[in-house]
Amino acid sequence: MAGKAKREAAGESRSGPVLRYRPINLGRWTVWGVAALLFVFMPLIFQSGYARSLLSQMGILIIFALSYNMLLGQSGMLSFGHAVYSGLGAYFAIHAMNRVGDGSLIWPITVLPLIGGLAGALFGIVLGYVTTKKAGTPFAMITLGLGELVFSCSLMFPAFFGGEGGISGNRTVGRPVLGIAGWTLGPQVQVYYLIVIWCFVCMAAMYAYTHTPLGRIANAVRDNPERAEFIGYNTQRVRWFVLILSAFFAGIAGGLSAINFEIVTAENVSAIRSGGVLLATFIGGVAFFFGPILGAVVFTMFAVALSEFTKAWQLYLGVFFVLLVMFTPGGLSSLILMNLRVLKFQKFKRLRDPYFGVILSALALAFGCVMLIEMTYHRTLDYSLGPQIQLFGFPFYTDHAESWVFAVSVLVGGALAFRYAWRRFKAVWGEIQVEIEDWIRDNPEAE
Amino acid sequence: MTAAALELVDLRKSFGRTEIIRGVNLAVPPGERHAIIGPNGAGKSTLFNIISGRFPVSSGTVRLNGTDITGRKPFEINRLGLSRSFQITNIFHRLSVFENLRCAVLWSLGYRYSFWHNLNTLHDAADRAEAILSRIGLRRRRNIAAGLLTYAEQRALEIGITIAGDASVVLLDEPTAGMSRSETANAVALVRDVTQGKTLLMVEHDMSVVFGLADRISVVVYGEIIASGPPGEIRANPKVKEAYLGTQTESH
Repeated sequence: MAGKAKREAAGESRSGPVLRYRPINLGRWTVWGVAALLFVFMPLIFQSGYARSLLSQMGILIIFALSYNMLLGQSGMLSFGHAVYSGLGAYFAIHAMNRVGDGSLIWPITVLPLIGGLAGALFGIVLGYVTTKKAGTPFAMITLGLGELVFSCSLMFPAFFGGEGGISGNRTVGRPVLGIAGWTLGPQVQVYYLIVIWCFVCMAAMYAYTHTPLGRIANAVRDNPERAEFIGYNTQRVRWFVLILSAFFAGIAGGLSAINFEIVTAENVSAIRSGGVLLATFIGGVAFFFGPILGAVVFTMFAVALSEFTKAWQLYLGVFFVLLVMFTPGGLSSLILMNLRVLKFQKFKRLRDPYFGVILSALALAFGCVMLIEMTYHRTLDYSLGPQIQLFGFPFYTDHAESWVFAVSVLVGGALAFRYAWRRFKAVWGEIQVEIEDWIRDNPEAE
Repeated sequence: MTAAALELVDLRKSFGRTEIIRGVNLAVPPGERHAIIGPNGAGKSTLFNIISGRFPVSSGTVRLNGTDITGRKPFEINRLGLSRSFQITNIFHRLSVFENLRCAVLWSLGYRYSFWHNLNTLHDAADRAEAILSRIGLRRRRNIAAGLLTYAEQRALEIGITIAGDASVVLLDEPTAGMSRSETANAVALVRDVTQGKTLLMVEHDMSVVFGLADRISVVVYGEIIASGPPGEIRANPKVKEAYLGTQTESH
C-alpha cells in the first residue's frame, strides 16, 4: 500500500546482504521537498491575515496530531488525555515568555517551544509512568481520568493556570530574531514562518523516529504485546518511552500555540482539546505517517474556516467523522493510497463512471442535508433577522413551505440515488481489489 | 560438574484448587534435544508457560544455566538466553516478515530502546534477519505482512522469531501442530537445522517427529513425569505404553 516504502524495501532485497547499493529515494525527497515549498509559499498565495492565522493553526495541529499518532497508530495506545502534555507545555511556555518580558529570564522567544517540549516530556515521565502501566482499554480510561484531574487542577491553582481568564503574554518582548530589526514576531506572517520551521523539524524528527529500534518495537508491541515480551522487551517500558517522546512533541505544539495566540487557558488542557486531536488524527488515518498531517489540515478547515460560515460547523464535523469512519475506516490517507493503487494497476477507468454517480448523488444528498440544517438553525437561532437566508449564493425563505419541500425532496432523491450508486461502486471496487490482491500474491517479489 | 542448561526442581502449579503440575523434576544438559510428550491436558503447555515466565509458579525452582529464573518476567528470562515459540501462532501480524525477524534480533544485539539509531543503517540486525529469513525459507515472502502468510509459513516464522535472538535454550510448543505430512517433514528439517548447538525442549504430539528428533524423551501424565529416557527406552517402557502410547506405537 505504501508504495514508497515498498519500493525501497524491494530495492533492499535485490541488493542482498553483501552488496549494499541503494539508489537515493527520489520519491521521498520529492514529497519532503514539495511539502517544504508548500509551507514556504502558502502565505504568499493566501495573503489575508485570516488565512495566515488559519495556516499557523494548521502547522501547530500537524505537530500535535503527529505526536498523538506516535501513540495511537504506531503503538496502539488510545489516549483521551493527550492535551495534558500540549496544554502544560503551553503554560510553561507562556510563563517563560512573561519572565522574558520582565527580564528575569534570558531566552530567545523563537526557541520558546523547546521549553514547552521539555515541560511536556517532564510530565510525560511523571504522569506517563502511571498511565503506561496499563495498555488497551485500562490505559484509555486512566488517561481520561488523568485529563480530568489536570483540568480540575487548572481551577484549583489559579496562580499557575490563570483561572477562568487564563494567562496571557506578549510574544514581541524578546530581542529581534537573529538581531534583525523588525523581526520581532509581531506580524502573523513571522509567527507563521516560525511555526513552519518548528513544524518541519518536528515532522522530520517524528518521521526519523519511525525508523529507529524503539519506533519499530512500538509497532511490534501494538501488534502483539505478549510476543514482544518473549523477544526481550519490557512492553511497559516501551509504552512509557514512546509516551515521553510523544509528550515532548505535544509540548512543542503547545509552546507554539502560546506564541501564536499569546494566551493559554484551561481549555488547552481540556478533554475538548484531547478529543479534537483524536478526531483530527483519525480523520487523516492512523496507519500511515502522513495521515495525521492531512487530518490536521482538514480538521482546522472545519474548526476555523467552516465556523466562519455556519454555526452548525460542529454538527458537520461530527457527521463528516461518522461518515468517514463508516465508509473508509482507514481515514483520508488510506482512501488516497487505495485509489493510487488502483491507478497504478491501471484499473481506474472502470471506476470512473461509478465514482461519478457516487459523487453526484452524494453532493445532492449533502445539499439537501445542509439546506435542512441551515434552515433549522436559522429558524431556531436567527429568526429575528428575517426569514431569508443565503445558501450557496441563492436566497431561501425559511417561512415558505416550498423551501422545505424542495430541501426534503433533494435529500430523499439524493439518498435514493446514492444508495444505488454506492452499491454499484462497491461491486466494482471489490472486484478490482480482489484482482490486485491476487496479482500481489502471485508475484510476491514484484513491486 | 557442569550445570544443566535447564533444570526443574519439584515444580508445582495450581489453578485454584486444581494442581496441574505436580512436582516435576527434570534436568536437560546443554546441547540435548529433549521432547515432552503426554496425553491432552497432561500439563505440557502449562509446564512451558511456567518455565518461560508466562505464568507464575506455585512452588519449586527453575534454573537456566545454573541461574534461578523462578518468578522472573518473560523479557528477563528471554534476556538470560531462553526463547520460546507458541502453540497458537503468535507473530506481529501487521509487520512484514522481515520486520518480524528484525524486531526479534534487536534486543540481543544491544539496541534496546534506542531512538537514536537509524534501523536502515544497522547492518548487523538486517544481516541476521536476512540470514534467518533464508534459513526458514521465507525469502520470497520477505515484504509481505506476516498476517497474510499461509499457516505453515506462519509456523516457520514463529520458529524464526524464536531463534532470532540466538538464545541458547529454545522451547518449541508443538512446532508441527496442524501441518500436512510434507509440511511436517519440512518443519522437522527446519527444527533440526536451527537448533544445532542449542538446547531444545519441545512439546510434540506427532510421534514420528518426536522419535526422529529427540535425544531424550520425557512422558508427562497428570502433571508428573512418569518416565524419562532415550527414545528406544521410552518405546519399550510398559508404564508409558499403558498410560499414553498404547496403539500409537504400532500405527507409527
